[in-house]
Amino acid sequence: MPERTVAVASRSGLHARPAKIFVEAVARQGMAVRIRVGDGKPVPANSILAVLSLGAGHGTEVTLDAEGPDADAVLASLAELLAQDLDAETVPDA
Amino acid sequence: MPEPVPTTETLRGLGISPGRAAGRVYRMAGPPLLPNPVPVTDPVAESARAVRGLAEAAAELAQRAAKAADPAARDILEAQAAIAADPMLRESVDEQVRAGMDAAHAIDTACAHHRQMLLSAGGYFAERASDLDDIRNRAVAAALGLPMPGVPSPGHPFILTAEDLAPADTVNLDPGVVLALVTEKGGPTSHTAILARALGLPAVVACHGATGIADGTWVYVDGDTGEVGTGIGEEAAGEIQRRALAERDRLGTASGPGRTADGHPVKLLLNIGSVADLQAGVAAEGVGLFRTEFLFLDRRTAPTHEEQTSAYAAVLHAFPGAQVVLRTLDAGTDKPLPFLGLADEINPALGVRGLRVSRRQPDVLDAQLDAIAEAAAGSDASPWVMAPMVTTPGEAADFARRARSRGLANVGAMVEVPAAALHARRLLDEVDFLSIGTNDLSQYTFAADRQHGDLADLLDSWQPALLYLIAQCAEAGRAVGKPVGVCGEAAADPLLATVLVGLGVTSLSMSARSVPAVRDALARHSLAQCRHNAELALAARDPDEARRAVREGW
Repeated sequence: MPERTVAVASRSGLHARPAKIFVEAVARQGMAVRIRVGDGKPVPANSILAVLSLGAGHGTEVTLDAEGPDADAVLASLAELLAQDLDAETVPDA
Repeated sequence: MPEPVPTTETLRGLGISPGRAAGRVYRMAGPPLLPNPVPVTDPVAESARAVRGLAEAAAELAQRAAKAADPAARDILEAQAAIAADPMLRESVDEQVRAGMDAAHAIDTACAHHRQMLLSAGGYFAERASDLDDIRNRAVAAALGLPMPGVPSPGHPFILTAEDLAPADTVNLDPGVVLALVTEKGGPTSHTAILARALGLPAVVACHGATGIADGTWVYVDGDTGEVGTGIGEEAAGEIQRRALAERDRLGTASGPGRTADGHPVKLLLNIGSVADLQAGVAAEGVGLFRTEFLFLDRRTAPTHEEQTSAYAAVLHAFPGAQVVLRTLDAGTDKPLPFLGLADEINPALGVRGLRVSRRQPDVLDAQLDAIAEAAAGSDASPWVMAPMVTTPGEAADFARRARSRGLANVGAMVEVPAAALHARRLLDEVDFLSIGTNDLSQYTFAADRQHGDLADLLDSWQPALLYLIAQCAEAGRAVGKPVGVCGEAAADPLLATVLVGLGVTSLSMSARSVPAVRDALARHSLAQCRHNAELALAARDPDEARRAVREGW
């Protein structure tokens, strides 16, 4: 299954605003994407509760996985999003 | 719910934030109570009901987010809306219904489950656990067909009524939409009172019958007299509102240093928590109380020297040449700071708090004084520094020695403990100024917890015994020619401000929005009238009599 690992760049980690932006971006892909920290249990990346419960702080490496024809492209764009500081006031449209 | 009040009734409470306002009333509903579990006969319909409850909560939160003026509040509301719409939450609720629970209990159980998961994540993430309580309350109310809890959003300016207001209820309160606050409970030092003065909203607390006024009723609120009148129509309300705004404009345009009608100077200073509180356009003469706690809250480690220095320097730079009073860390088990690692106490208000923390951890205070000294060295302001909860002259002397050894020349003590007020003169042998924190001084003088709703009358700033202690401090200051200010809520009450000046207080420190009305009150009284007011208030038997006596001569 295609995977991408990326360090969370947002200052407060995958917290309120960054988590919301990320989860919304996942939902727009219309594909089942999962996220995990290290060897932890993968959780649905379209759930803000699941994403918050990871407790992923600034710099934590998270791994995304997905299955499907466009999985690689989708994971690349989501990884790129996580590599930005989503706490910053202006976030390019994800 | 109580019966609606007839249309011509006038309710009376305690006016705790001055000004008048009129508009339609909307009541803040409390959290819904869970009814007894109901057997589920149609799980599909029940599940739909539960999911609809969540959807309504999400929609309401999203709507609030869209209207929020403050970006930080907006982010939190948006995240809350996303949580309420979360597919996993929906699935958990669905599972509970399939297991035989009714919609309200299913929502309650599912939210409790996810709350626990967030708490386990710890740190920042655990803070979101309280969001689930909020979502739970909204979704349960929606599923039960009850009014949405929390501050209502009728879509136009309104007067908010509530049993009482807690900080969590009011973080997103928009003073552009809420015209006035009226609560059934609360007292002069309750959260409602502090919030109302900070936002400059007229407010009446301890107003019996307030929550019985039907939503949408036109009322007027007088935050000076404590009157809440329901017998008015839209036209009269509009007129009252127009006049109130004109009066606010008139007060707002006044500027210049505080002085009585005959020119006796009284410094008008600001209470602030950070540089962000220094709104442009407030003409104050400096800062009378810079609470430095904000740097330390929610921290697992102490802030660095650089962080502290730059935060203090920012405030000093905002007032070049002016007086800025920094209060050292006021922590304790009632204001817990995780990095201090203080043990729980049975009676936190009487425990290790304020300056007393330095008995156990002197380095925290020393580090703070180092940072203040460095910030001061690079500024034009005259930094004053004072310690909270000073109790004895010995403590004052120790604090003064530590501050002066770092080159800080203006050293003071807060007077919050009756022992300090009784020996004000001896404290002034050790320090350069006193600043009276009337909220805590009330709590300790009247042996009444500040949070205790049933004892609010004891905490009234007009209590003659409190005024007597303030008079002792002011007299001690006058005798040795050192300043004695008031930085508690009492200073923000325009009528009481004249009394304090009459008692001999030399500066009044308050939230920015309270300054115009206090400046105006002083400008309309001579020093002799202020002294007369002080005599009337000291001679009164109770706060009501004191207020009445002083108001008669207003």
